[in-house]
Formats: sequence, structure tokens, C-alpha cells
Amino acid sequence: MTPPLLTITDVAVELPTPRGILRAVDDVDLSLQAGRTLGIVGESGCGKTMLSRAILQLLPKKAKLSGRVMFDGQDLVQLAPESLRRLRARDLAVVFQDPMTSLNPVLTIGTQLMETLQEHLELDTPAARKRSIELLAAVGIPAPEQRLAQYPHQCSGGMRQRIAIAIALSCEPKLLIADEPTTALDVTIQAQILDLLAREQRRRHMAMIIITHDLGVVAGRADEVAVMYAGRVVERAPTPMLFKRMHMPYTEALLAAIPKLETAPHTPLPAISGRPPDPTRPLKGCSFAPRCRYATSRCREAKPELTSAEMADHLYACFHPIKMAEGIGA
Amino acid sequence: MMQPAARHEPLLRVDNLVVEYGLGDKTVHAVSGVSLQVARGETLGLVGESGCGKSTLGRAVLQLRRAKSGRVLFDGEDLTAMEGEALRKMRRRVQLIFQDPIASLNPRRRIGDIVAEPLIIAGVKDDAERKRRVREVLAAVGLDPELVANRLPHEFSGGQCQRISIARSLVLNPEFIVCDEPVSALDVSIRAQILNLLEEMKARFGLTLLFIAHDLAVVKAVSDRVAVMYLGRLCEVGPSEQLFARPAHPYTALLLQAIPVPDPDVRPAESVAAGEPPSPIAPPSGCRFRTRCPQADQRCSAEIPELREVAIGQFAACHHPLA
Repeated sequence: MTPPLLTITDVAVELPTPRGILRAVDDVDLSLQAGRTLGIVGESGCGKTMLSRAILQLLPKKAKLSGRVMFDGQDLVQLAPESLRRLRARDLAVVFQDPMTSLNPVLTIGTQLMETLQEHLELDTPAARKRSIELLAAVGIPAPEQRLAQYPHQCSGGMRQRIAIAIALSCEPKLLIADEPTTALDVTIQAQILDLLAREQRRRHMAMIIITHDLGVVAGRADEVAVMYAGRVVERAPTPMLFKRMHMPYTEALLAAIPKLETAPHTPLPAISGRPPDPTRPLKGCSFAPRCRYATSRCREAKPELTSAEMADHLYACFHPIKMAEGIGA
Repeated sequence: MMQPAARHEPLLRVDNLVVEYGLGDKTVHAVSGVSLQVARGETLGLVGESGCGKSTLGRAVLQLRRAKSGRVLFDGEDLTAMEGEALRKMRRRVQLIFQDPIASLNPRRRIGDIVAEPLIIAGVKDDAERKRRVREVLAAVGLDPELVANRLPHEFSGGQCQRISIARSLVLNPEFIVCDEPVSALDVSIRAQILNLLEEMKARFGLTLLFIAHDLAVVKAVSDRVAVMYLGRLCEVGPSEQLFARPAHPYTALLLQAIPVPDPDVRPAESVAAGEPPSPIAPPSGCRFRTRCPQADQRCSAEIPELREVAIGQFAACHHPLA
């Protein structure tokens, strides 16, 4: 097997806040092969976005990062700013939840696309223009030639996200990080954008990380899923395995709490009581213990490590894993 | 329980409501002739994508935006004809819960005062009486009145702020609440808590709800009937189970197909949804969904489809309803 495109080891991110140090990402290990999709799922504040920023080396200035981020044979944490900038533009691309984060409101779409292509692929103006039109057509923008002269505000939210994707794809990245790419969009547009990302990924044999709060978004589209809670990965497995047998009570509770189309109206939802712990006041034991119905005194005393039992590639951080074969775990 | 008489007279009846607003020299056709009814004790879900006019409709029902034409009958009285004191009196019986729980609470005021404000506006002068009501509703939504009344909104999470908003909407003992995307800003684990709370409050206080949301599964979880809206018009109305099991309008079917299902064995249908909704400034002639509809033909552009009964209690506005 070829070495993974991305390997992150012991990554931790700490942010100073008026209330004390906030450990946003707490010793995370992940890896991703070229051409594969990893889904990172969690609720707000679980550290999923900070983790993606740590991979991209786009953390806030005050943040303290430790650990290693090996991408395509280089440790991004040690890389000089100039090399990092070149790498981010070409091999490592990102699509944000709000496309206006990456689009410049006062430049035309054509200028923004062509600028990237001319700078990083050293294309001349006619070639960059031709390539821009191709890219806009590839992401499903009707009449791409006319769009080049337009500004972002003249496009709908769905169109802007398509344009942001076109820019992200323009230099043929090896890895695309999509951080809640469809959260701001309507459901019919969301389906189109997710289809678009999947299609372009297959065509370009690109690796992709989809960060989302929605288990539904990753279920049909990620090869592997990592579930985060309070800064840690608490369960990680190939997608079909995870949905078939969730071992971590948090993952199970999260799935159960989603309203399902097939459930009859007025059925009480199995809600998770309470809320995530204050990240500036880390708990001694398992972070989910105060909300977990299986928790025992052991869970409040010690932090469970991310381990596997039955299947080597199904990892979970729990002393009392659920849905295990007899005699394993517990 | 529903009274036999109430069965015939819905608590809310919206007749052919039209809401438009100006945008420069153009007109936005936000709501274009919507009729619907909500029975006493019923929850009607209203779903649609952004810009379809569902929030405008909710606000027009409460007279927070006045309609261009049409009527809103609440308990037999036409709210669109009311003004001044009569309207203020009526507003005590109808309330609104907003999407953004944090932005809808004044950051400088204490929770106890925020929840008591509707009582002051309604003219409840007795301080002890107000305090008693505030304690009651805070306890009802699962907050400890002693712990929260003197604190400020920023000390609470989004889910707790939504509980406070719900308490505020209940304090005048209303009969009818418009919930405008009440859980969209909340995390999955908190969303379930708030949906359960709304259901509890509805049963406990005998409420009637208009529940507006873009998420079909969320709407189904709480609604007896569901109305689907597209570009200012209703496409389909029907009992929740029936509508989700057998959608008659192609737009309802499209929405259902587009939802990502949290099950890896369900492969996402490739590109079910073509195109984007047209602008409400220049809506298409005839059926407004026709520009994205796989079934559309000549008739759909020439003739506006009326809501017609396609199954018992289920109505669709489509020239070619799905079997």
C-alpha cells in the first residue's frame, strides 16, 4: 500500500481565551489516502473546524499548534511560509461554508479565477481565460463566458459556492478540504453541490475531507468517518462499518437524535440531555460521560484511549462500547 | 381535545393572501394567493426553501407585515381589517418564536425582565403577579427560575436561549404560536431537546402551531399536516404521513429525494435537482415550478394550477400530479 497522502499525528491546538486555555483539538491522529474521502462529523465547538485549520496551517495567530501534519512527504508544521503558500494554492485547496469567505466582493469572477491560474500555473491571459471558462462549465455554471464579467453579489448562494469550488479546483489540488460546504444552502442545491464535489473528486483522483455536523451528508459520500466530541476523535471507521455498528455511545445518540423521515409525527425524539462540556474546563474522565447513559465511575475518572477491538480499522474511545460481540470490550 | 364545533371552524383561516414588497422600482412577489387553515390544537408545518415566502407568510398572519390583499381570519375575526388597540389585544393571543435565539433576546436585559416584557405591554400592573407568571413559564421550559432570572442572555447557550424565547412566547397564555425555523440554528443534540419541548408545551397549554422550517424531517416530527411552498405559492398540503409517503406534487418529491439520508446503504440519487428557483421578482407564468419540473409541458406555462384534492385530505397544485 502506498503511504497516505496526509498523516496527522498528535495534533493539538490551544487557544488563549479570557477564561483560560481552550484546548480546541486534543491529540488527534488521522490519515487519508490519495483519492479517498474522509468525513469529519461533530457539533459546533467540537474542534472539527480548528482541526481543518491546523491541517491548512491557517490557525489564528494566537493559537498554539503541536504535533505533525505530514502532507505529500512534507511536515506542514515545519514548512517555511513561502513554500506553504505555494502548496496551499496548488496542492491543498479549501472550500468554506460561506463562499464569500474566499471570494473577493470587489473583483469580477473572471479576475479572481484568472489571477489564481496565472499566478500558480503561469498561464498567459488567453489561456487563463479559456481555462476559467472550462472550470466554470465543469462546476455547472450556465453561460460561463458572461459570468466572468460579473461580481459575486450578482450570483445566488449556490452559484457562489460553485465558483468557490471552481477556484479551489483550478490548480488541480491533491487534497480538497470542504468545511461545511453546503450548510448555508437549500436542500435541493445542497444535493447538487455534493454531487459536483463527488464527480470532480472521481475525475481528478483527488483526496477530500468533508467537515460537517450532518451525519446524513457523510453517510453516502465518505469512505471513512471520524466523529469528534470536545476536541477529540471519539470514533473512527470505514463508513459502512460505522453505521452498522456504532461503538461509541455519543455516535449512537447523535444518530438517534436526528429526526427521520420514516418516523411517525409526534414521536418523542431520543434527545441527548445536557450539552457539551466547557472546553476551557477539561474533564478528568471521558468528555461525554456527563451526558452518557452508560457512564460509570471509571468513565469519570479516566480518559478512554482511541482503540480497536474486533476490527483493526474501527477505532473508538469508550470503556463501555455498545453493539460489541460477547466478551470483547466492556 | 378538539370540540365538535371547532372541527368546522378552524382557529386560523388564511384566504387568498397576497404579500408584495417593493425593491427599487421592482416588486417582489413574496406570497401570491395562499389559502390555508389550521384547526384548533393542530400543528401545521410549512416547508420550503429560502426565498419561497414562508417567513413572510408567517409574519403576514401575525400582521407584522400587512398583506396587499386577502384575509387572515383568527377565531372568526379578520386581522387584516384590524388596527390599533383591537390588533394589540388580538396579538396577546398569537405569538412568534424566531430562528436566532440569541439575537432575539435583548443582550442588556435580564432574563426575568425579557420574559416579563409581554406582560408589561399587555398591562399586567401587579409586580408579584408578573413574577409569578415568569417563574411558571421558566420552570415549564425546563429552566430553574431562581438561577436564570437575574442573568443576561450571553451567559446562556443557543439551546437555553431558545428555551427562554419559548418561555417569553408562553407568558401571555397564547392560543396560537408561529414558530419560524425555531431549531435551524441549533446543533443536532440540542435540536431534539427543543422539538420535544415544543411538543410538550403544545400539549400542556393546548396550543395551535404554525411550524415553519426548511427541514422536512424536522417538520414531519411535529406536524399533523404539512404545507409545501414554492416561490410564493402552495404546491401541496396534506396529512404528514400521507404527504411524505405519497407526494403528489413533483416539487415535494424533489425535496424528499434531495435530503441526505444518514444511512450509507442509501446511495444519494445523482443530481435529482436541476437548476435553482427563479427570482420572485419575475416568477414564471403558469406553474411557478415548471422551469425545474421534469413533467412540465405547454399547459404548465399557460395555466396556473389550482390546489385540487388528489387523495383524502391531500391537495396538490399540479396539472400532472404524481400517481
